[in-house]
Amino acid sequence: MQRTSIERVAAATPAPVARRLTGLSDRVIAWIFVAPTIFLLLAVNIFPLIWTIRLSFTNMRVNRPNEPVEFVGLRNYQRILTDPDIWQTMQATAHFLFWTLALQIVIGFALAWLINRKFRGNDLWTTIIVLPMMLSPAVVGNFWTFLYQPQIGLFNYAVGFLTGADPSSFSMIADVRLAPWAIIIVDTWMWTPFVMLICLAGLRSIPASIYEAAECDRASKWRQFWTITIPMVLPFLMLAVLFRGIENFKMFDLVVQLTGGGPGNTTELTSINLKREAFEKWRTGYSSAYAIILFVTVFGLASIYVKALNKVKSR
Amino acid sequence: MSYSITEPSRAQKWMAGILVVAYAVITLLPLIWIIATGFKSPSDSIAYPPKLFFTPTLEGYVNLFTTRTRQTAEFLAANPPQTWYQEIVAKYGMVIAGPSRFGERFLNSVIIGFGSTFLSVFLGTLAAYAFSRFKVPLKDDLLFFILSTRMMPPIAVAIPIFLMFRQLGLSDTHLGMILLYTAVNLSLAVWLLKGFIDEIPREYEEAALIDGYTRFQAFRKVVLPQAATGIASTAIFCLIFAWNEYAFAVLLTSGNAQTAPPFIPTIIGVGGQDWPAVAAGATLFLLPVMVFTILLRKHLLRGITFGAVRK
Repeated sequence: MQRTSIERVAAATPAPVARRLTGLSDRVIAWIFVAPTIFLLLAVNIFPLIWTIRLSFTNMRVNRPNEPVEFVGLRNYQRILTDPDIWQTMQATAHFLFWTLALQIVIGFALAWLINRKFRGNDLWTTIIVLPMMLSPAVVGNFWTFLYQPQIGLFNYAVGFLTGADPSSFSMIADVRLAPWAIIIVDTWMWTPFVMLICLAGLRSIPASIYEAAECDRASKWRQFWTITIPMVLPFLMLAVLFRGIENFKMFDLVVQLTGGGPGNTTELTSINLKREAFEKWRTGYSSAYAIILFVTVFGLASIYVKALNKVKSR
Repeated sequence: MSYSITEPSRAQKWMAGILVVAYAVITLLPLIWIIATGFKSPSDSIAYPPKLFFTPTLEGYVNLFTTRTRQTAEFLAANPPQTWYQEIVAKYGMVIAGPSRFGERFLNSVIIGFGSTFLSVFLGTLAAYAFSRFKVPLKDDLLFFILSTRMMPPIAVAIPIFLMFRQLGLSDTHLGMILLYTAVNLSLAVWLLKGFIDEIPREYEEAALIDGYTRFQAFRKVVLPQAATGIASTAIFCLIFAWNEYAFAVLLTSGNAQTAPPFIPTIIGVGGQDWPAVAAGATLFLLPVMVFTILLRKHLLRGITFGAVRK
């Protein structure tokens, strides 16, 4: 059995002295310290989760308190999984997830690689790049609708200036084809720095001696990049993807302010769809089942991913 | 410095520097535009082509903090404007009717932000210390449980929390929002703080215990001062999260405890959003975070990667 030195000292001293040594027993202190956190998390996270599971088997509607609440079994789940509209929002979410992750990995890694060249003032410029991710997505997202205005918006003007297209000829938010890209652009602007920071931590964790050894072996820079840099940064990159993936699956504030799910339902991500079902249509039971399905999806995907990540790490 | 084969060459550094600075400038443009729009007149703000140079005015800020009503020319002639801000609205044939709700919303953000930060750091430090130093039964399961609470989409828990708050009389109250944000922040706080406390050598406390300190005293007088930097950077993360949070705020608050993020997008002028006023509100709301980030960059940047890489 492992014992800390204090426990050994305490065991070796007479009881009254030992009590003075440790005051309350460590076991009691541990519980006093952990209990409030566990209690709060149970009350605000687990209890609601269990409640959601219970509601998901009913036809409850919060806006009709006088209607009897009936147990409907798995009907909510069945309706959700066979609803083509929900598959449409799942598709929109997948499109959003894929492109935001792809762009953020490429740009974030490239930036980290450049910053790791250690030019003068790199930490100040890093901080400036990081600024967007520190800001309120709702407030910033709302302002981006102004930047996206046809003609008067800065974004449209800049695109017009660079490509020669008429700035009033397209609307990022109102056009069915462009709206999915409008949200991808803002999310990438906002969250690339996060991927960049984690990649930077990865790059900085590679000891210089490995490159020096490779240099002695006359490995080309290109080869060093693919055989040293990429494999060493990969676990970090995968971690960044995990965090961004979970966050973007939950994405709500930024997109709701940018497009509100429109036009039509082209940018209606699952969280926005869920909010509509739960707080506009007030289909409480139905949306509870929806919430559970989303949670299980995230949780399942994340667990599989973490297993893969651990494999990469232990390689 | 001795020559190193792995040190990038001067030309490489220049190239890298130019590319990174170019990206930083592009990143910064929307933020500069927010600040600039706050000082534009409504007509300048919607000018084509977008105006880079303009005569600054405080109209946006006046509109942000006041509500205004239109008045007849006779009324305006009979009651000439007394102050500079009355003068600004008088140009549009309006008078100031009273303060807007922006001040209250901003204050709510401050109260809820700091309240929940204090609570989550306080509880988080205790829990992190226990997880770091004691044999807590089911420790790994508890830690994973704490982390997994972050995977829930906020909207998914919002339904029962909405019902629960209504039952307990917590909906639309400061206390309710403080407790909610504390719970959301706790998982991050415990994980970050555990990392910081793990780094403090146990020997310090053990020496203190042998000197006759109790566990509590050792925790307070030895561990806390050592963990101060870690606690401070954790606090900043919690504060930024609570400050920026939107989903819970928009669903669970309305009249009384609403914070600034749901409020700012609802600032309406004539025919749509009053962009200078929105930008003014956004500037006041975002600027503290930007300044904070730049001033505390060392701790913040470490915290982001630390939190992520640890897990």
